[in-house]
Amino acid sequence: MVRPENGAGPVKLAVKDLAIHYGPKSALAGVSLDVREHEIFGIIGPANSGKTSFLRALNRMDLHTTGMRVEGSIHLDGRDVRKWRNVYALRRQIGVVFPLPVGLPLSVYDNVALSPRLRGIKNKADLDVVVERCLTRAALWDEVKDRLDSLGSLLSGGQQQRLTIARALSQDPKLLLLDEFSIAVDPVTTMRIEDILRTLKDEITIILVTNLVQQARRLADRTAFFLSGEFVEVGETEDLFTGAVRDPRTRAYVEGRFG
Amino acid sequence: MFEATELNRKNQKTERLWRLLFLMMTVLLILPVLIILGVLIYHGGPMITIDFLFTEPTNGMTAGGILPALVGTVWLVAVALLVSVPIGIAAALYLSEYAADNWLTRSINLAIINLAGVPSIVHALFGVGAFVLFFRFGTSILAASLTLAIMTLPVVIVATRESLQAVPHAFREACWNMGASRWQTIRHVVLPNSVSGILTGVILEVSRTAGETAPIMFTGAAFFLPFLPQSVFDQTMAMSLHLFVISTQVPGVPENLPFGVALVLISMVLAMNALSIAFRMVLRGRKKW
Repeated sequence: MVRPENGAGPVKLAVKDLAIHYGPKSALAGVSLDVREHEIFGIIGPANSGKTSFLRALNRMDLHTTGMRVEGSIHLDGRDVRKWRNVYALRRQIGVVFPLPVGLPLSVYDNVALSPRLRGIKNKADLDVVVERCLTRAALWDEVKDRLDSLGSLLSGGQQQRLTIARALSQDPKLLLLDEFSIAVDPVTTMRIEDILRTLKDEITIILVTNLVQQARRLADRTAFFLSGEFVEVGETEDLFTGAVRDPRTRAYVEGRFG
Repeated sequence: MFEATELNRKNQKTERLWRLLFLMMTVLLILPVLIILGVLIYHGGPMITIDFLFTEPTNGMTAGGILPALVGTVWLVAVALLVSVPIGIAAALYLSEYAADNWLTRSINLAIINLAGVPSIVHALFGVGAFVLFFRFGTSILAASLTLAIMTLPVVIVATRESLQAVPHAFREACWNMGASRWQTIRHVVLPNSVSGILTGVILEVSRTAGETAPIMFTGAAFFLPFLPQSVFDQTMAMSLHLFVISTQVPGVPENLPFGVALVLISMVLAMNALSIAFRMVLRGRKKW
């Protein structure tokens, strides 16, 4: 289903015949798509479409979810994610941002320094550099530089979401997964984060799950449409909106006729 | 203008009735505790002197102090905790953080809860069979403490598990997604945020252990020993058994003596509980979400 196109980067993530089950219940089936390096890849679809399950399969969170089964293949940089001996090393390459900001019960500084610390960086000066760089890239540094020691959970919702982005960046990820990041964020902050994502895509490949069709249109280079656990199609984002798509359900969804 | 309807008035009346009923039940609950404390302090208070706490019983336990029993109880509780706390916390960590949520885990959890309800005399007999006879520890502090440990394990596990579960799951997910192993997640996020609950559970456990009589009666606590235990392989006196003995088994005990012993025992327990509440308050003040 992937349309060849001009100027496409190399494939970062190759998904083939992916199916996800929870116990006997199917959550997602028939997903085959390629995500290319340095693109923002949008995934749209109404609730319960299997978007989040898809993200969980990418970084092997099925290992932490009782009853979750993943079939098919997922290759990151040409390597099957299920053949990674060390799943922790795999996950460090994949940053995740959740719908509701999860500020760990740690200080702002420790939130961002946790991942480097887990990787074994102990030197305070090194950590300072990482923390400042990540907070700056997440457009949060100016607001929190004077209170790095206060609790992350005391920040406002929008700030917390940028904190989780900074935390994800502190992993130095190659792939950034965003799961409906703007649900609990005001429009102004959403726009700021979207700007951040546009600059980040020079370095990181981004998968953006969103239930805001217009957000996908603003940000995503290509977009896939999931519906009730079915992979409908994938294409250039603009094609989805201009009618150059094959499936009438996609058209109906992006035009707001259902979902 | 608003007029209360018949139904409004009826609701209000019922509301008052329920409130009164619940209040009465609460008073009913507090009353016995206050009476017990009052009687103990009234009769036992005058008994409590430095001498009473720090000398041995004399004249066939009808006079003198309670030192060997006091020291013995501290030994029993300390050794029991040394065994049950590490095992209990480790088991709770496994059940809460590692085990898959399947029928086996659920039945183990159910079994643990039921184990907490096994009568202490059954644990006592198990202790005799297992520790005194089979492992040949004889009647000793070790056998008695192990029996107490077995008996208190379920409570430690349940309390720990509950404090672990109180840490939001989203924190764990965030950590795992960062590439943290389960142990790193526990070490950096879960334990620091559940330690207050765990400590509280453990300390409440101490108070229960200190007061138990049946489990130590056949396994290590002695009727009368005029000297202090030197190692875990010695027998020892214990406060709870001492109280039972002087109240029922020894003739000619002055009327106030058992009250004094009971007051010391209950003070130990209450002091522990107070400590646990203090802990909880300090640590909860630092709660971070």
